[in-house]
Amino acid sequence: MGLKILTEHINVPGINTLETYRKMGGYRSVEKALKTMTPDEVVEEVKKSGLRGRGGAGFPTGMKWSFLAKPEGKPRYLVCNADESEPGTFKDRVLMEKIPHALIEGMITSSYALGARTSYIYIRGELMFVLRILEKAIAECYAAGLLGENILGSGYSLDLHVHPGGGAYICGEETALLESLEGKRGNPRNKPPFPAVWGLYGCPTVVNNVESIASVPWIVNNTGEEYAKIGVGRSTGTKLISASGHINNPGVYEIELGLPVEEFLFSDEYCGGIWKGRKFKAIVAGGSSVPILPGELFLKTAEGTPRVMTYESLSEGGFVSGTMLGSGGFIVMDDTTCIVRNTWNFSRFYHHESCGQCSPCREGTGWMEKILHRIEHGHGHMHDIDLLVNVSKQIEGNTICPLGDAAAWPVASAVRHFRHEFEWHVKHPEKATAPGAVYSGAEDLAFA
Amino acid sequence: MAKITFDGIEVEVPDGTSILNAARKIGGNVVPPAMCYYTPLKGSGGKCRACLVKVTAGSAKDPRPMPKLVASCVTPVQDGMVVENTLSPQVMEARKGVVEMLLINHPLDCPVCDQAGECDLQNFSYAHGTSGTRFEEERRTFERKDIGPLIQLHMNRCILCYRCVYTADQITDKRVHGVLGRGDAAEIGTYIENAIDNDFSGNVIDVCPVGALTDKTFRFKNRVWFTKPVDAHRDCPKCAGKVVLWMRGSDVLRVTGRKNEYGELVDFICNECRFEKKEVADWTIDGPRHIPRASVISANHYELPVINPQVIADLPESTTKELQIIPRPF
Amino acid sequence: MEGTQTQNEVQFSEKAMAEIRRYISHYPEDRKKSAILPILHIAQAEFGGWVSPQVQDKVAEILDIQPIEVYEVSSFYTMFNLKPVGKHVLEVCRTGPCMLRGADHLIEHLENRLGCHVGENSADGMFTLKTVECLAACGMGPMLQIREKYYENLDPQKMDQLLDDLRKE
Repeated sequence: MGLKILTEHINVPGINTLETYRKMGGYRSVEKALKTMTPDEVVEEVKKSGLRGRGGAGFPTGMKWSFLAKPEGKPRYLVCNADESEPGTFKDRVLMEKIPHALIEGMITSSYALGARTSYIYIRGELMFVLRILEKAIAECYAAGLLGENILGSGYSLDLHVHPGGGAYICGEETALLESLEGKRGNPRNKPPFPAVWGLYGCPTVVNNVESIASVPWIVNNTGEEYAKIGVGRSTGTKLISASGHINNPGVYEIELGLPVEEFLFSDEYCGGIWKGRKFKAIVAGGSSVPILPGELFLKTAEGTPRVMTYESLSEGGFVSGTMLGSGGFIVMDDTTCIVRNTWNFSRFYHHESCGQCSPCREGTGWMEKILHRIEHGHGHMHDIDLLVNVSKQIEGNTICPLGDAAAWPVASAVRHFRHEFEWHVKHPEKATAPGAVYSGAEDLAFA
Repeated sequence: MAKITFDGIEVEVPDGTSILNAARKIGGNVVPPAMCYYTPLKGSGGKCRACLVKVTAGSAKDPRPMPKLVASCVTPVQDGMVVENTLSPQVMEARKGVVEMLLINHPLDCPVCDQAGECDLQNFSYAHGTSGTRFEEERRTFERKDIGPLIQLHMNRCILCYRCVYTADQITDKRVHGVLGRGDAAEIGTYIENAIDNDFSGNVIDVCPVGALTDKTFRFKNRVWFTKPVDAHRDCPKCAGKVVLWMRGSDVLRVTGRKNEYGELVDFICNECRFEKKEVADWTIDGPRHIPRASVISANHYELPVINPQVIADLPESTTKELQIIPRPF
Repeated sequence: MEGTQTQNEVQFSEKAMAEIRRYISHYPEDRKKSAILPILHIAQAEFGGWVSPQVQDKVAEILDIQPIEVYEVSSFYTMFNLKPVGKHVLEVCRTGPCMLRGADHLIEHLENRLGCHVGENSADGMFTLKTVECLAACGMGPMLQIREKYYENLDPQKMDQLLDDLRKE
């Protein structure tokens, strides 16, 4: 059993109520920070902790905080990104649903550190039932003097509101989220300026993921140095992993960074191995946007080093033979999975979710989906396979926001690692389009 | 002030200037193309990605290169910045890709499109595109929408530059059209049946880089390269009244605002000037419109400065008449 | 459905108006437009599961903005139904992780059971079948959403039971 920072009390009955949450030690960080620390000292602890943004990009949270501009006469905002929509990722939802106060405590402490007087939790609209849970918890906090004017007599005041989205993956991109919070279409902004300077309503703003913010109370309570001791190297602390797909125990697991991936995937404490006694074929390890890897390249790097659950280990080998930890969304595929179908499915997702603002993404995501749809349904040509990769290259790096990259990587990596499956679909459409048909090896490629 | 090096040329511009505008200060062939950025419209730019450039040094203070290509129209210069445009194969490749993306769903209806001959997308694809297509899918089409008696909307041709939306937002008092839907299904529209109609609505035609918004009063009247553009003005109580008349013989076929060399309106004009003043007598003619030589509009009437006046003087009168050369005072 | 709507007039219920005012109070006074998404959600719940142009115009009026600003937003976000829907809108996740655990079969099963395709209403007008992208329930797929509720770890048998229960409601 590894150390649990976020989910230690997740199964305690009534942990969703303020009373129980406080009984389990909740809101100590608010007391400590507001009464005994300056805001800068809180920022310093978070910096020391090495905590990295848990939304997917892995940017150091403390550094992001220290970039926040502090001009006179302008309010500053903390906005929590609870727009969890990355396929394969459902950790924030589970955390908020079960322990809403973990996020709220983090919001109060973090808002204090950043000097925000009004903070927002932007939650995806589909999670309206979680919004209700959060609003109830917030009301409890107002009643207990943990929110509102003069929190716990410290002189610090904070209003915290929950804001529902309307159904758009793109609003997980921080500037699209801010546009959406301002009541507009979720079109990402051109950067610079970054939100730290020009964010919500043109004011300096920090946008942080749910899990990042929920990690702050522990850091404040136990110091950043202690947090940095957990994990390996630059991957400090614990991480929530959403595990889904063809495994025995799908669910959300809190792990200490540095856990061997093999243990995570196969031990009964976590995923419990591949379901139905089947073989491990492939995995998308960081939410749908990251490159797909064949099972063997996931367990061990190309050099044969066993991988561990850290940002660095999973990306070893770059895009040639590595992937990314991303948001920690593990989508596991067994040997009955058709990679072409899976790639088409993800491609359809990005096509559906492109905001349509910039041309490479608007046009390119649809184009890739159409090509993949053709290949999957037996109407592909050999040259389509290279075309796919080429189109993905035309999108990658050339768009306003990272959705373009997120759409390009799954396609490029699927062709890189599973090219033979695409070729099989082109060469033997009658076989490949049969219900449940899966490429089973090189012999399938030979001409009959 | 900030000094930057753009394609090997040094230029000094005020702080906060965009890379694109710094390049425009140099002028000529190094200037990146822009399909959505429009100087008079606040907030425009960054969308089409035609103007992507490579920043090989961020600034004197921090000379690291920027990791991705950046949209030059919305990225401000920093002192000591080094930028590559035509010198960078990566930029040229990306630009080719942008042309392709803009064209895959664009109809091949130039032969019947009123914008042909003065279309930014035509020019862009001529300069940076390839002759073939790799797109085998069915093109995206939209239902035809009527947005009133003066302006024709062809959504199939739209590249979603948002210029017309910014125009309605910034120079009219009540916007009734906008971008609806999302992704590649996003479209310009009014949602409910509504006419775009106010004193300055016609400017959306001028700012449109393609044939998505065209002048209904000019529809199918003529090809622009057969018309003869002349600058003209009138005393207008609503706008500056400085326009271009697009004439054939003595008929005024179309009135538009005057644009600078980057296709940007110098003044927005009112609908009265644009749609109602179609007689030569309504206007004071200022002289021929300068049209770049490369433009197809110049094809039938080169300007005098490029020709030795003596050559013209030597031409028979029938020829000068046919070429519609306006004698110029020297 | 609590609000009233006639040809020319859209009236939110008092309860909904109170909720709308509460949301508006969350944002700076000159940033009322921020409340547009919460209000559209309230409006959709008030007026039969969809937002008609008239309802959207009313939202614009409440927020002091042009109607087009509401149309732009409502058509961008997929949760807002712009056409009338059945009594129960079934929103089935079709994205990768759910697909791996049988979402395709579930969707096919629903099409057969309801006698309609994705995007259509069942013949009796009781159900609208929609597919949606990832709902953050990947470990509990296949799943679907009806209004504010998630139904997870579904299979055809559980689905039939659910449809029966919904029919009885």
